[in-house]
Amino acid sequence: MSERIERAREEMSKQVDGKVAAYFSSCVRCGLCAEACHFHVETNDPRFAPIYKLEPMRKVWRREQTLGGRLSGFFSSRDELREEDFAEWEELVYDSCNLCGRCSMVCPLGIDLAYMLRRQRSAFAVAGYVPEGMRTALQRTLELGSPMGVSLKTIDATLEQVEKRCGLKVPVDRKGAEYMTIFSSMEVVNFPEYIESLALIFDAAGLSWTLSSRAFEATNAGIQVGDNAAAREIVERIVSAAEELGVRYVISPECGHAYTAIRWEGPNLIGRPYRFEVVHILELLDRLQRDGRLQIGSRSDRPMTLHDPCQIVRRGGVVDPPRHLLAAVASGFVEMRDHGTMNWCCGGGGGVSANERAEQLRLRVFKRKKRQLDELGVDTLVTACANCRIVLEEGLEHYEMDTEVISLTELIAVHLK
Amino acid sequence: MIGAFIDGPLWYFSLTVFLLGVAWRLAGIVRRGVAADLAPARGDAARGALRTIFTRALPRRPVLHGGRVQMIAGYLFHLGLLVLLLFAQPHVDFYAERIAGFGWSTLPHWGFILASEIAFAGLILLWIYRVMNPVTRLLSGFGDHVASLLVFMVMFSGCLALGQSHEALRLLHLFLAELLLLYFPFSSLMHTFTFVLSRGYTGAAMARKGVNA
Repeated sequence: MSERIERAREEMSKQVDGKVAAYFSSCVRCGLCAEACHFHVETNDPRFAPIYKLEPMRKVWRREQTLGGRLSGFFSSRDELREEDFAEWEELVYDSCNLCGRCSMVCPLGIDLAYMLRRQRSAFAVAGYVPEGMRTALQRTLELGSPMGVSLKTIDATLEQVEKRCGLKVPVDRKGAEYMTIFSSMEVVNFPEYIESLALIFDAAGLSWTLSSRAFEATNAGIQVGDNAAAREIVERIVSAAEELGVRYVISPECGHAYTAIRWEGPNLIGRPYRFEVVHILELLDRLQRDGRLQIGSRSDRPMTLHDPCQIVRRGGVVDPPRHLLAAVASGFVEMRDHGTMNWCCGGGGGVSANERAEQLRLRVFKRKKRQLDELGVDTLVTACANCRIVLEEGLEHYEMDTEVISLTELIAVHLK
Repeated sequence: MIGAFIDGPLWYFSLTVFLLGVAWRLAGIVRRGVAADLAPARGDAARGALRTIFTRALPRRPVLHGGRVQMIAGYLFHLGLLVLLLFAQPHVDFYAERIAGFGWSTLPHWGFILASEIAFAGLILLWIYRVMNPVTRLLSGFGDHVASLLVFMVMFSGCLALGQSHEALRLLHLFLAELLLLYFPFSSLMHTFTFVLSRGYTGAAMARKGVNA
């Protein structure tokens, strides 16, 4: 076994904590998790059963935690984790898993498969079995500060355009501001309207806010890849900038994985709580509206539905705020059949959208979302994640559907008093 | 002589292996530990753990269609077996004599037969599904089939011994139950105990985030 694979095996072993051990000990191989996974239900490929994607980790658990595994280890190396396992499972671990956690919601034994899949990726990252697109996104984040190569110059140019359009100044590096905003680079590059909307809303609500020139990128490719050292470094950039500016809150943008990274994984990655609070933009808007600081002036009667970003809703716990906000601005809001914590992922989460190799599979499983939309017959789809938005737009275009995708924050800005 | 061995030393040996094995497995899980979550909680973890331990016993609507066979068969088997284990007259007599020192109300004979049939139907359906369905066929290993077979044999021999007219059949049933006890801690049958941990861990983690899992 090469030194790299030996280190990956050690990493896998390190990732088998008490929770993972309890999960594997409980699994009865019933396959119910497969029924919750769009990769399985849309392809019928049994290898896409979420628990099967965890076979490499299960091997390590079995060998180290069970008597049968320990005994068989003396006589045979059959159960040993090998380089071939990483090579064979790379596609299952990265291409056919969005870390969306829908499977975790249906297991009768309560197994949190997404938790295990996230931890398993750490060993794959050490082994070097990571899709090219995700690897380069991480490299760009570490070297340039953003997975899409967005630099401070790009931000400056975008802000200039935003300021021209909305006539408001976007504050940068303002010490003592109450809120610090971070963006996903997809918002900066593809949806600068989001930044404009923030400027309008925050101005209307009289919010004291700022951007940091040192940390503007919210997404964390390290978490998607499973590279914990890189993930820590990316989180530390934001934490250090926020603590230096002395803000009370950091606003996580309309990006699911960014929210998971900074709100839920961040403190654990850096090994300490923050000296500020993380609030998702939808939580903040909901709070401002309830406090009467965000005045809605008009409502849309267009029939529209909501796509719940998995990491914000199911894995993030921001379930009600998007519904409160939509109810305030849209009289024609209708829910999809599976919504909220049981929504179907857009197919691009977990780094899949950055993985070119997975594109055909991603478009194939988008049929699930298409079916959800066809059932409702609405022509407007609201979401709150730039990554979901771009993946949804690609899927809708692929299936030649005439559905408009809009951001919830932007919708709120349009209906401001 | 074999009868005395099955009734005596083998019973105590298998019970000891079962108890120590289960304790060893549970200790192994707890010893591994789980790192404290440093992210500020949005909800109450303990309440979430408790809730999920119970609510995951209920069917989950999103997989009702695709997973109906596993779910129906799972309920039939587990409920039937639970009733048999706790309320069948011969079992209660056995517990009273060997373990607890006291007995409790038992099922009438027809109830015993009904519970057996329900448990058998569930077990057989689960096994057929395991070998016929492409997903469960791929997932299942040798140990899963051994566990199914052992449970089936214990239940089948129990039915044969139901009349309590043949000592040999009673001994066969006890012997197979002892084999099951010996196998139990080293198999997926451990879910009988670990489900509390797995559901609890997930319920707690999700409740911290504000999600009802």
